[in-house]
Amino acid sequence: MTVQFFEADKDFGTPKRQSDKTVSLWIDDFQVSVPEGTSVMRAAAEIGIQIPKLCASDNLESFGSCRLCAVEIEGRRGKPASCTTTAEEGMRVTTQNDALAKLRRNIMELYISDHPLDCLTCPANGNCELQDMAGAVGLRDVRYGFDGENHLEGEKDESNPYFTFDPTKCIACSRCVRACGEVQGTFALTMGHRGFESKITAGADDSFMDSDCVSCGACVQACPTSTLMEKSVIDHGQPEHAVVTTCAYCGVGCSFKAEMKGDQLIRMVPYKGGEANMGHSCVKGRFAFGYATHKDRVTKPMIRDSIDQPWQEVSWDEAFNYAANKMRSIQEKYGRESIGGITSSRCTNEETYLVQKLIRAGFGNNNTDTCARVCHSPTGFGLKVTLGESAGTQTFESVLHSDAILVIGANPTDAHPVFGSMLKRRVREGASLIVADPRSTSLVSSAHIKATQHLQLLPGTNVAVINALANVVITEGLEDREFIASRVDDGSYEQWRKHISDPKHSPESVAEITGVSADTLREAARTFASAPNGSIYYGLGVTEHSQGSTMVMGIANLALATGNIGRLGVGVNPLRGQNNVQGSCDMGSFPHELPGYQHVSDDTVRTKFEAVWNVSLDNEPGLRIPNMFNAALDGVFKGMYVQGEDIAQSDPNTAHVEAALKSLECLVVQDIFLNETAKFAHVFLPGSSFLEKDGTFTNAERRINRVRKVMKPLAGMADWEVTQAFSNALGYPMNYQHPSEIMDEIAQLTPSFAGVNYQRLDEQGSIQWPCNDQAPDGTPIMHTDSFPIGKAQFAITEYVPTEERSNRRFPLLLTTGRILSQYNVGAQTRRTENQQWHPEDQLELHPLDAEDRGIQTGDSVSIASRMGTTVLKALVTERMQPGVVYTTFHHPGSGANVVTTENSDWATNCPEYKVTAVQVNKVTGESDWQAQFKQFDKRQRDFLASATGEKA
Amino acid sequence: MAKLFIPQDMTAKALGSDAVADLISALAKASAQKVEIIRNGSRGMFWLEPLVEVETPEGRIGFGPVTPQQVDQTLLDAIMSADRSHPLSVGLTEEIPNLKQQQRFSFSRAGLDDPLSLNFYKSTGGFVGLINALDLSGQQIVDEIKESGLRGRGGAAFPTGIKWQTVHDVDADFGQTKYIVCNADEGDSGTFADRLAMEADPYQLIEGMIIAALAVGAEQGYIYLRSEYPEAHRILNAAIQTAESEGYLGSNICGSGKCFNLEVRLGAKAYICGEETALLESLEGKRGMVRAKPPLPAIKGLFGQPTIVNNVLTLAAVPFILREGAKAYSDVGFGRSRGTLAFQLAGNIKRGGLVELGFGPSLKTLLDEFGGGTFSGRAMRAVQVGGPLGAYLPESQWDTPLDYESFAAKQAVLGHGGVVVFDDQVDMLQQARFSMEFCVAESCGKCTPCRIGSTRGVEVIDRIQQNQSREENMELLEDLCETMVDGSLCAMGGMTPFPVMSAVRHFPEDFAKEVH
Repeated sequence: MTVQFFEADKDFGTPKRQSDKTVSLWIDDFQVSVPEGTSVMRAAAEIGIQIPKLCASDNLESFGSCRLCAVEIEGRRGKPASCTTTAEEGMRVTTQNDALAKLRRNIMELYISDHPLDCLTCPANGNCELQDMAGAVGLRDVRYGFDGENHLEGEKDESNPYFTFDPTKCIACSRCVRACGEVQGTFALTMGHRGFESKITAGADDSFMDSDCVSCGACVQACPTSTLMEKSVIDHGQPEHAVVTTCAYCGVGCSFKAEMKGDQLIRMVPYKGGEANMGHSCVKGRFAFGYATHKDRVTKPMIRDSIDQPWQEVSWDEAFNYAANKMRSIQEKYGRESIGGITSSRCTNEETYLVQKLIRAGFGNNNTDTCARVCHSPTGFGLKVTLGESAGTQTFESVLHSDAILVIGANPTDAHPVFGSMLKRRVREGASLIVADPRSTSLVSSAHIKATQHLQLLPGTNVAVINALANVVITEGLEDREFIASRVDDGSYEQWRKHISDPKHSPESVAEITGVSADTLREAARTFASAPNGSIYYGLGVTEHSQGSTMVMGIANLALATGNIGRLGVGVNPLRGQNNVQGSCDMGSFPHELPGYQHVSDDTVRTKFEAVWNVSLDNEPGLRIPNMFNAALDGVFKGMYVQGEDIAQSDPNTAHVEAALKSLECLVVQDIFLNETAKFAHVFLPGSSFLEKDGTFTNAERRINRVRKVMKPLAGMADWEVTQAFSNALGYPMNYQHPSEIMDEIAQLTPSFAGVNYQRLDEQGSIQWPCNDQAPDGTPIMHTDSFPIGKAQFAITEYVPTEERSNRRFPLLLTTGRILSQYNVGAQTRRTENQQWHPEDQLELHPLDAEDRGIQTGDSVSIASRMGTTVLKALVTERMQPGVVYTTFHHPGSGANVVTTENSDWATNCPEYKVTAVQVNKVTGESDWQAQFKQFDKRQRDFLASATGEKA
Repeated sequence: MAKLFIPQDMTAKALGSDAVADLISALAKASAQKVEIIRNGSRGMFWLEPLVEVETPEGRIGFGPVTPQQVDQTLLDAIMSADRSHPLSVGLTEEIPNLKQQQRFSFSRAGLDDPLSLNFYKSTGGFVGLINALDLSGQQIVDEIKESGLRGRGGAAFPTGIKWQTVHDVDADFGQTKYIVCNADEGDSGTFADRLAMEADPYQLIEGMIIAALAVGAEQGYIYLRSEYPEAHRILNAAIQTAESEGYLGSNICGSGKCFNLEVRLGAKAYICGEETALLESLEGKRGMVRAKPPLPAIKGLFGQPTIVNNVLTLAAVPFILREGAKAYSDVGFGRSRGTLAFQLAGNIKRGGLVELGFGPSLKTLLDEFGGGTFSGRAMRAVQVGGPLGAYLPESQWDTPLDYESFAAKQAVLGHGGVVVFDDQVDMLQQARFSMEFCVAESCGKCTPCRIGSTRGVEVIDRIQQNQSREENMELLEDLCETMVDGSLCAMGGMTPFPVMSAVRHFPEDFAKEVH
């Protein structure tokens, strides 16, 4: 099956230009009209005239180096390159004649005089632009012979685990260098030397692995020959068919072509037609797909009575019946409310929908929650209160129209790399950039990027900072009065204005609390407020705080006060963590909301669902994740169904979580691996990777993207089929033949999805909700004319310091985050070559704090909080500010969450991962927890091995 | 007290002028003779360097070439007494026919005094053009330049006024400025006029740049100087400093409230950075690589802003035009080539050096009357005009008038005015090979015809020399040259075939010789 849209694979040679003016010209006697600024090459391509080219590609600015695209233009001398020549009104262009044919052939002859003649054994054979062009220009002879100077002795660089660099095949077109700079924004590659000696160089003549290369794959994608080539293609040959699907890593939701050979995935190539990524990718989506067929995949259902017993492989039916009986008997014994479940932000919308439906209709309670609880629940709450909808307001592309970009508590170049590249492109084009982060992330300073202001605040003081910015806007008269008058509720504005103009919010008053100088705060506020288009992007550094929801509302306040809502280039943009965290929220995963954020207490809503689901629904919100843990420890919550989430690793205060899980009588885990949570489970239902099923993911721009099945489920069933069968075993019947039928039901019950169906998704490529009668094509930008609540509401955002404070015993503040090469709990990326970049989590600390403690990079250090202690290797870096330390949580044995506390957001219980008071000391061995963890881990692996008959 | 002039110009220094100055100074001191030694710029008569001049009431009497070995008390006495009978005496310098017959517009001050003397500059008409320009609008200045007929002296001969008009008419991006960039990356073999102008008369260049800035509304200028010119670097920096402290540069030019700042930036020894777009890349701190045009630098130049990129001599001609009027400049010349060009005689020539002339006389006049024939005394065979990318002219073409269009009609270029002479011992196949080799060494490597073509060119010529499939390889060479002309991104690859094909065309016998 090959799925293609909009001729997205066609390369028009140079980027599309936007202009109100069109020019009309003649190309080979065909008339064509194009926007002013369009190249002659692109104009020709628009009407199907392909001018030969090698150095041009429509995701790169024209370069004019290969000279194959020469044309003749009436009234102009010579043979200008069509890629660098701009179309002009009335121009008459000739793309083919004898003289041009001769020139192109002669140029190609030069290329081939310095190229190995090993086409038949070359990995690019069948997919090589050089080969294609040699054919197109009719090269028949290389009169120079092959004995001249050449580059055929160059040495391969195979240092990158995913691709090789073979300089003997290089035609020095610089597409890789330009892609690295223009598309990715890393500038790791350059052309070294000059003239005939020109040579692509990574870093300062380093190997690719030792250079700044982030392995995004843009260079490999750009290479017209096999100079930069995926190792998988070298090993297996060219793929024979491709399926367009959506990446299962972060919330950017990149579209990829899964290029296949039978049911073997050869490579993932970013799909140009994907509107979220527009043909770009990162090291995870592009290359780190090997986990999907990793030997650790568990492909047989398993059961056991106790976690102290080995696993036993059983048939699907046996597993479903076992789980259903257990759950039903728990309910008989402890009551209807004694079980619940957790939906997955990694599974599809359809699967998430089914799990919450199973819980509400099959379990008969509302004890459903999702991992958004621990990441973006404050976004849902805060934006709903202020703007009336629980979602970001923009498309990603909007950032390219922004003049001032405020990034708060987000590290997009690591956590949302493809969006990060887009943002950096805009900054290179001249937009101002304000970064609020306790660390010096690469947005603060990296190649061709320098933040206009870095608000290096102390963890936990976000609200004081956002209030100070708003205070400057109001007290210096920088607010957008017209916008406020027409779009915002008067009463809420008056109240807020009074609140925020209080001198206690002034930069001068909060400088000491936040650690950011008053001048810097004032400058930042002015930079943001004076820009024609100001946009705000934020991540978990905003939400994972005791005042996460307050901060989200503070962000909305600032956007409203400066009139930055409702058009291209502005907006409030939460950068969603997981691939389908937006979708899992939309699909009714929260205990109080049915799909589409419809409250369970609303009788009309419930009646609608009850009619379709053929069941009566509880009108009381159920338990949130932390409540489930507490209830479990109280002995009233005994059974859980967890699909595709590793709460044992990702939730705070590991000791508490582990105790809760151990107290359960039946834990059903559905996952592709025996993850940390599964080690506490009684029933294991094998999951399916995103490659093994149909469905949809919804990304951070509310974009519903299709996920398409490219191979059979390894365990025989896709996740939605597993949930359906489990439900049937529980006695609540489900009978969907295909996920499209689930989507049809979602559309029927969810007003914002009313117009969504698979046919439409296939036709349109993707749809941004709301999609209904009012917005039949979806809604790229929200709140353009009005808010779902009519007028927006300012919210009062008093700064309340967290109770988690540093003191003499715990003098440092620990904050947590992510790194580019690993994803979330690492279950996927740790099972790929991405391990080479980040084999272990480290504790980053400032040289001053390190010196105080005699710590050097590489030393083992203990990190102790009121909750627990773990041990990591130290990395001494000036990215940190004194007093603040940082780590990632990609490796289970690191125990980052052994240290974190149970403090959480006042409104949504989102954990305060970003602030933990700790002490750091140099040590020699691992912590007690780590020793126990290793022991437990070993035991559980043995249990798995005894079930599968393999050695652990 | 006697006033002596001993040039500090790099050519004179290379020929020992520093030692000559030191020795004379020491001798004078020892014999208690009072002398003032002025280290002037060169007058451009390099065959006389080191040229020691002594001031007399009738004018300056020259002695040259004076080697350090020749400096003794007798010579000093002869100099001090302006003894015209001394064998080294050349008489009144101004009366030397080579110099007297020149038309010096841009080199009128060269060699007359200490190049850093602001008083001297002002006393000889310096800054008059600037003062005039301050009374004019930008458009009026541009009009004056247009009317003068001045064309780019870097080689391409593009009408300067039109370039300025383009920059004048474009708005700089918000918050940015336009730029004036002086191309002082004089890399052509056999050329030295830019250096001479910078070393001998730096204020003239500075004044020209200020006027350019006033014309188009620029506030920042850069002189992109090749790093092989340390003396010019020192002199320019000192001159800029003086001009700043005297209020000609900075935020209030001559009290007008207008602003222009100027900096010298050194190149990194890449010939290609003399190409204007590669120069801009280099100036931006990037690899010196040619940009595709359009966009023209006049519209998107340095840092993407509208930029005038002019050669040293183009800008150095501007103060004359604003001082004497466009007409005075355009009155001189031939056809569409107006004003003067600084010819640089080099190679196998008797009187090597700079000759500033109005356009129009024949190449032969320049070679014979000013150059005095070959240095070796043998018959002249080939003359390469316009630098390493210029064609070789055989004797049959030496009557060509020195004029851009007349040269173009012969598939030759006048270019920057460099003239390199070869006698009858030259092997023109080797010269053709050298042109390709030069391209190999200096190609930036961006475009294919230049990057690979030049290397193949050397190989093909070698095969011709070795008599391998001569006819096929001659045909291939011609094909390659056509590919480079039609396909190259800039003049480096696009003009390398000029010398090659002119050698083939005019000296076919050198390509027909059997290898020994």
